[in-house]
Amino acid sequence: MSVFIALLILCIFLCLYRVGKGPTAPDRTVAIDILGTLVVGFCAIYSIITKKDLYMNIGISWALLSFIGTLALSKYLEGRGFDE
Amino acid sequence: MNETIGLTFLIIGITFDVIGCIGLVRLPDVYNRLQAATKCVTLGTSMILLAVVFYTGINAIGVKALLCIWFVLITSPTGAHAIARAAHKSGVRLWKGSVMDKYADDHEGADSSS
Repeated sequence: MSVFIALLILCIFLCLYRVGKGPTAPDRTVAIDILGTLVVGFCAIYSIITKKDLYMNIGISWALLSFIGTLALSKYLEGRGFDE
Repeated sequence: MNETIGLTFLIIGITFDVIGCIGLVRLPDVYNRLQAATKCVTLGTSMILLAVVFYTGINAIGVKALLCIWFVLITSPTGAHAIARAAHKSGVRLWKGSVMDKYADDHEGADSSS
């Protein structure tokens, strides 16, 4: 299991490289969206290790909040108000 | 038996995640990165959650993992579509090797007709 966690941490560092380097703002938004989905997988592996359902609750909440954050960032980039 | 199936799904899912993140770093354009990363990471995370169902069986953890698969499969393509539309509307150029831009053609046609 520690091999899988190490590979996921490698993926998270690749995403953070794109967040830091990305030349435009949509690059950073894409990387943050992917980062949220990777954290859900991280919570899933941690719930296999510890056999507790607390981490799956964190995963569900993280998926929904990441989706809302992505939509807000894309609306902001598009240059429109939130009520359209 | 169930642990063997779960380990297989886990290995497939992690492989898809790593390939998607390598594509996120290596590809030249916003749209190429979006295509590579979103599809690979969505399928990979769904495979990891399916592995959770096979490891633990149908109890509190398994049902929540199935619910989380549904959320990820609904929300991730929607977010990717919104990001692509926002990037195109905020004026990010395509990569110089791209051959067609049908969204811009349709958009200009709609603007000229209205």
